[in-house]
Amino acid sequence: MLANHIGHYSLVIGLLTSILIFLLSLKSYKSQIIDKRIFSISFLQLFFVLISFLSLVICFVISDFSNETVFNNSHTNKPIFYKISGTWGNHEGSLLLWLLVLTLFLFLFLINSKNELKRYRILTVVFQQVIIIGFFLFVLITSNPFNYLFPIPMEGLGLNPILQDPALAIHPPILYVGYVGSSLIFSATLAAVIENYISKNWAKNIKIWILISWIFLTIGIMVGSIWAYYELGWGGFWFWDPVENVSLMPWICLTALLHCILVLEKRELLKSWTIILSIATFTLSMCGTFLVRSGILNSVHTFANDPSRGIFILCFLFFLIIIALIIFFIFNKDKQKDYKKIYFFSKEVSILVNNWFLMYFLSVVLIGTLYPIFLEVLIDHKISVGPPFYNKLIVPFLIFFLIFMSLGPNLKWIKETNIKNKFQLFIFFFISLIISFIIYKKIGKTNLINTVLIAASFYLFIVTIKDFFSKELYNISKKLSHFGFSMLILSILLNGILSTEAIINLKVGEKFTFKNEQIFFKSLENNQKENYQSVVGYFKVEDDKKNISLFKPELRIYDQPVVITSEADIKTTFFRDRFLVMNTIKGNEYFNVRYQVKPFMIWIWISTLLLAIGGFLSLYNRLYEK
Amino acid sequence: MVKKVKLRIVFLLALVLSIVLSVLLILKSLEKDVVFFLSPTDIKNLEEIETKKIRVGGMVKKKSISINSDKINFIVTDFKNEINVSYSGSVPNLFSENKGVVAEGFLQDRNYLKAVKILAKHDENYMPPEVKEALGDK
Repeated sequence: MLANHIGHYSLVIGLLTSILIFLLSLKSYKSQIIDKRIFSISFLQLFFVLISFLSLVICFVISDFSNETVFNNSHTNKPIFYKISGTWGNHEGSLLLWLLVLTLFLFLFLINSKNELKRYRILTVVFQQVIIIGFFLFVLITSNPFNYLFPIPMEGLGLNPILQDPALAIHPPILYVGYVGSSLIFSATLAAVIENYISKNWAKNIKIWILISWIFLTIGIMVGSIWAYYELGWGGFWFWDPVENVSLMPWICLTALLHCILVLEKRELLKSWTIILSIATFTLSMCGTFLVRSGILNSVHTFANDPSRGIFILCFLFFLIIIALIIFFIFNKDKQKDYKKIYFFSKEVSILVNNWFLMYFLSVVLIGTLYPIFLEVLIDHKISVGPPFYNKLIVPFLIFFLIFMSLGPNLKWIKETNIKNKFQLFIFFFISLIISFIIYKKIGKTNLINTVLIAASFYLFIVTIKDFFSKELYNISKKLSHFGFSMLILSILLNGILSTEAIINLKVGEKFTFKNEQIFFKSLENNQKENYQSVVGYFKVEDDKKNISLFKPELRIYDQPVVITSEADIKTTFFRDRFLVMNTIKGNEYFNVRYQVKPFMIWIWISTLLLAIGGFLSLYNRLYEK
Repeated sequence: MVKKVKLRIVFLLALVLSIVLSVLLILKSLEKDVVFFLSPTDIKNLEEIETKKIRVGGMVKKKSISINSDKINFIVTDFKNEINVSYSGSVPNLFSENKGVVAEGFLQDRNYLKAVKILAKHDENYMPPEVKEALGDK
């Protein structure tokens, strides 16, 4: 109860410090001297938000049901790990976490930007504080995590069991760092536009924040995807569900920004485009929050359908976008007097091509996600847009994207003169065509577009491997990320084409044959666990070479709230995952059994990690260059 | 200077053209690939049987589930009209009698849907808004 009060008042003090910093910064901006108090108050702000967050964690740990958030989302017999992760497994707590990351990032920016223009630093603080104040108000007015309940209930309602999972405990914090990082990029960009500071030097510094957001967003999306793979029991890892799309959109935009900032850094080109991308990334992150939180999209992320929350975020978002646009149009004067010659065969043009493709992919995802929402609001037709839409629109362009991605990084800045010497790149292309042809001969299915797509991704794969052996070692981060991406596409493709599955309803003691394997449902076992009842099915899978493996998929019947979840049993090797999951059908002795063989599944995760590690190496280089 | 302007114009034209083309492409395939949501009553009132994939939402009628080894049959009702659904595939854990359901598939006739997917929902108390609306006040 004490923690509850401390948390609430820390939050209020946090808001006050925000306003104070805002006013002090405005004063400093006029006098052009940074008021030293800004640093100490920023630290205080971080401190109070942290206290507030920790108080909420304590409320969850001691199961203080006088706190409404705890009552709604926790339960005394939940394991301690999920009591803690339950803190951000709900709307109110997750916003508090968001606020914590916001203040943390601003503080880090303040202490890490000593060498930069003073007025630019102050303005960044101003814009960031506007966002922070907005979120403080949002938390305090519409979703206070410290609402008091009286009389105090004896027991809480419990956390949705599907969220009681290690991957989902770390998914929100990681993703938030990515989202919130984009807010700092947004503020810094606006400040730089006003100060006319969009320059090589600025690009160098802002790239650190772009990298941080990008790395965390990549890993955050990956963790969510891994969770969906083993917990939802659909046997896939990406469903083109709107809630997945809203995290993919900022990622695509951020990836474009990450490349475009290189051009700015090296050649001082594409200034306006960089600004637009920064604003767009932040807008998409906020849009994601709005769509997910407002209850417009229904998913595990929608904690409560409260329209006032959605409206608040929407208004706030519009306010920020309008400010951003006004600043962009008033202050952004392209004062580039010296005309820079651009050659077609150059790295900057290839990055422009990359950005074009990324923007196309972005608009496909954006329209696919928003169109159903608009249609429902405007003419009350309910529709949904599924995977065929995305596959049809993305796959053909992906082929060209991959080919450009193989060629582009090998070009020089300004002008590539040595085009004839790139002969080996053609040889590689033929090699990859042959490989993909062989693969298709072996499988026996012939689909032209898939064959070409496999060829294109093999091409990128071979070219990126070759790059590792080239003599310049300095750009290892780029090589690693590009290699990771080629592997990602390749493993997704092969996984998609070669996966096989069988779905059947079985009773205990029955068996069925799937290709060369026999699946025998041996027995069931009941166990009472800490906060759920577990029903384990024993399945014997035997192939024609008499290799026997035992699968133990589990059903968990949680007490509070009463929910049944399926835990798939997955046997992972480097070559394939075998996945077996069972579902109950209430009041029936049949179990719905799904058995899947998914080749190269683990490589999807490994390659995503490589992608992120590449980003991390680049970040490491940046930080130690200085 | 002239060259600069020329380059800009070419670049802008290419940009506008590519935007127009991609938007057209996206809208064109949207037309083909969207899935409409209907209630059993909507289906009864259809003038022509929809041949595209659709979604049907409502409640699973009491005692209507029958299962054999490769198929599940049940009836979806909105308490005004109902429709038979047959399905072979994996079933979400929350699928049961008297609970909301969304089935995606192809209409065979006005009374029979061959489902290819039953949508999983995450929460016991949760009801798809489509279902809520289709059920009216119930």
